[in-house]
Amino acid sequence: MRIVVGQGSCGVATGAKKTAQEFENILNENKMDIPVSVTGCIGTCYLEPIVDIYNDDEELTRYVGVQPADVEAIFKSHIIDGKVLEEKAITADDSLFLEKQERIVLRNCGVINPENIDEYIARGGYKAIEHALKDLTPEEVIEEIKISGLRGRGGAGFPTWFKWNAAKEAPGHEKYLVCNADEGDPGAFMDRSVLEGDPHSLLEGMIIAGYAMGASEGIIYCRAEYPLAIKRLEIAMAQARERGLLGKKIFGRGFDFDISIKAGAGAFVCGEETALIASLEGQRGMPRLKPPFPAEQGYWRKPTDINNVETLANVPWILINGGKAFAEYGTDKSSGTKVFALAGKIKRGGLVEVPMGMTLRDILFGIGGGIKNDREFKAVQMGGPSGGCIPAELIDTPVTYEDISKTGAIVGSGGMIVMDEDTCMVDMARYFLNFTRDESCGKCTYCRVGTKRMLEILERITEGQGKPGDIELLEELASKIKDGALCGLGQTAPNPVLTTIKYFRNEYEDHIYRKKCTAKSCKALISYEITDACKGCTACTKKCPVNAISGSVKKKHEIDMELCVKCGRCASSCKFDAIIKK
Amino acid sequence: MAAKGCNCEANRREQFKELEPVMQKLADVPGSLITILQEAQGIYGYLSTELINYISERTGITPARIYGVATFYAQFRLQPIGKYLIMLCKGTACHVNGADMIEEAICDHLGIVDGETTEDEIFTLNNVACLGCCSLAPVMMIRSAEGDETFGNLTKDKVIKILDDLKERA
Repeated sequence: MRIVVGQGSCGVATGAKKTAQEFENILNENKMDIPVSVTGCIGTCYLEPIVDIYNDDEELTRYVGVQPADVEAIFKSHIIDGKVLEEKAITADDSLFLEKQERIVLRNCGVINPENIDEYIARGGYKAIEHALKDLTPEEVIEEIKISGLRGRGGAGFPTWFKWNAAKEAPGHEKYLVCNADEGDPGAFMDRSVLEGDPHSLLEGMIIAGYAMGASEGIIYCRAEYPLAIKRLEIAMAQARERGLLGKKIFGRGFDFDISIKAGAGAFVCGEETALIASLEGQRGMPRLKPPFPAEQGYWRKPTDINNVETLANVPWILINGGKAFAEYGTDKSSGTKVFALAGKIKRGGLVEVPMGMTLRDILFGIGGGIKNDREFKAVQMGGPSGGCIPAELIDTPVTYEDISKTGAIVGSGGMIVMDEDTCMVDMARYFLNFTRDESCGKCTYCRVGTKRMLEILERITEGQGKPGDIELLEELASKIKDGALCGLGQTAPNPVLTTIKYFRNEYEDHIYRKKCTAKSCKALISYEITDACKGCTACTKKCPVNAISGSVKKKHEIDMELCVKCGRCASSCKFDAIIKK
Repeated sequence: MAAKGCNCEANRREQFKELEPVMQKLADVPGSLITILQEAQGIYGYLSTELINYISERTGITPARIYGVATFYAQFRLQPIGKYLIMLCKGTACHVNGADMIEEAICDHLGIVDGETTEDEIFTLNNVACLGCCSLAPVMMIRSAEGDETFGNLTKDKVIKILDDLKERA
């Protein structure tokens, strides 16, 4: 028997470490020698902490939401009495979350111990690089990737083989492979999961890519906000080096390759290739004009290829199973699977990997279980600050690069933020513009000043000061910024505004002309009222930070809107739902 | 007789001796500035003018350039921070789940705004772009000498309790 506790960032945040410790304690107290080990994120973040107990035949029982206080009951029932503790076991319904997926990138996440190379090797790890080095020429590796149809999973969807080939064909002997692990889209955590849950599959993908393009040095540019990911990568690299899988003469062949990590320092614009390179060189991360492309002149002016984590983690699987097997998933132009991060107002938030071409409905409702608290689905945001909001009426759109682009959003790196009727779309647009305004590097005037001006207009609208003509002004600025910006950040910055105007123009108009926020979310445009349901319990008066509520015990209370700061604490403290937002 | 040499450089080396291993390794490696600044901030908590000048002296990179890099990236701080650094996630998922309300609660409770430190030097509040724990939104990470701890599914009351507990410990 063995016990495995999921300890990705989500798991740790819900107390998985304490749960694991509690298991060790109770096993020690009872002098039982059952190993307790770590695994990464299985993707069902909403069920954390997750404990997997394997019996001697490797049959799995999964327990969910296991707090330290639950450990004793599980121990007594499962380990001592040999009976599954049903009330903590995963339900059939929740199991569907995993069963409906196709896991290629996430094949090992939440299954193996990411800090133990043997567990990766036991699942076929490092077989792909062995196969590549022993049986394939670099050209044949690139051909296999071409057959697979793999496209960049970081956002732009550029064919991976093409980039590898360009770097390979570029003159010069010194070449670099960079892995972009600076997952910058707020609301996306696919790469974090791979880095924390299966770092070796990334390393193996990088070694293969290095071999294909003739690079001998790989660099992982990782977010500083992901300390656990960096730690696990370092452990994985040290183990790979020990086994001769990194370094000189890998598998005894004439191929040398090593990898180093550079921690990013927090700049969204560094997702842009030329900015990322500037940052690697220790400069401010400002994009430059292309050409020359990084494949010709990149890191230290040498040919450089940049791929995203998820892209590279697909590579070992493709070499083992063949490009054709990968292309059987998905559609003609968007092949394979894609990992999406479901978050926001969704019932089952977490990571899902599905074949491309699945509809939004199947992902959000089939797997994600629909909207939290059974509210009405309003829109889903894809592609982060470069993407857009896709409204409920387009929920049957298949998720492919082409179909999502047609809606005005982009597949992006895979974040899906679900919004319900309480989310104000003008506020969403304001949120993203605030983000891009902050993250604009300042090089291009249109992006630097334009995003600021757009933000000011959006702030005005959400504060109830919108003016006729504001919507048109936003549209005009948007088109100018798109044309006038050098890099992807500026060119796509207006997308969240344009898509919300396109699909939710009425909400903008409500804010501007009727001074009303349909979602009841913009503070300046709402008010609170106490209804006759009030029992005079005085709970709200104690919670109000500005003493705006008056009334005597057992009599209906009143809110002085002059004093009210609209914090909403009264409404959430009322047991009789007598305080309503208007 | 030669004039007595200035000891300034030796003094500064003494002052920043914790940084010496990093300097030995990286001072002359091109492209290492960001790593050096990260290490330095890790040791001293923030990048003081003196520290920037010292790094300039050792690497040959001008203070203006270092300042340019330090102010470009969100991670670097030019002011000291409190014992507990609150990194409040302002990612999209946290935003739609009420991160603004959490920020308001923290600001009201501690009397500081984003980027500031409390007078007793216990807490510093820093809004961050995304911590990547989106399914637990709203989320914050608290960094201290004890390590990083992440707190999810925050509510106003919960966040105030967490802060009060930490303050008691401080």
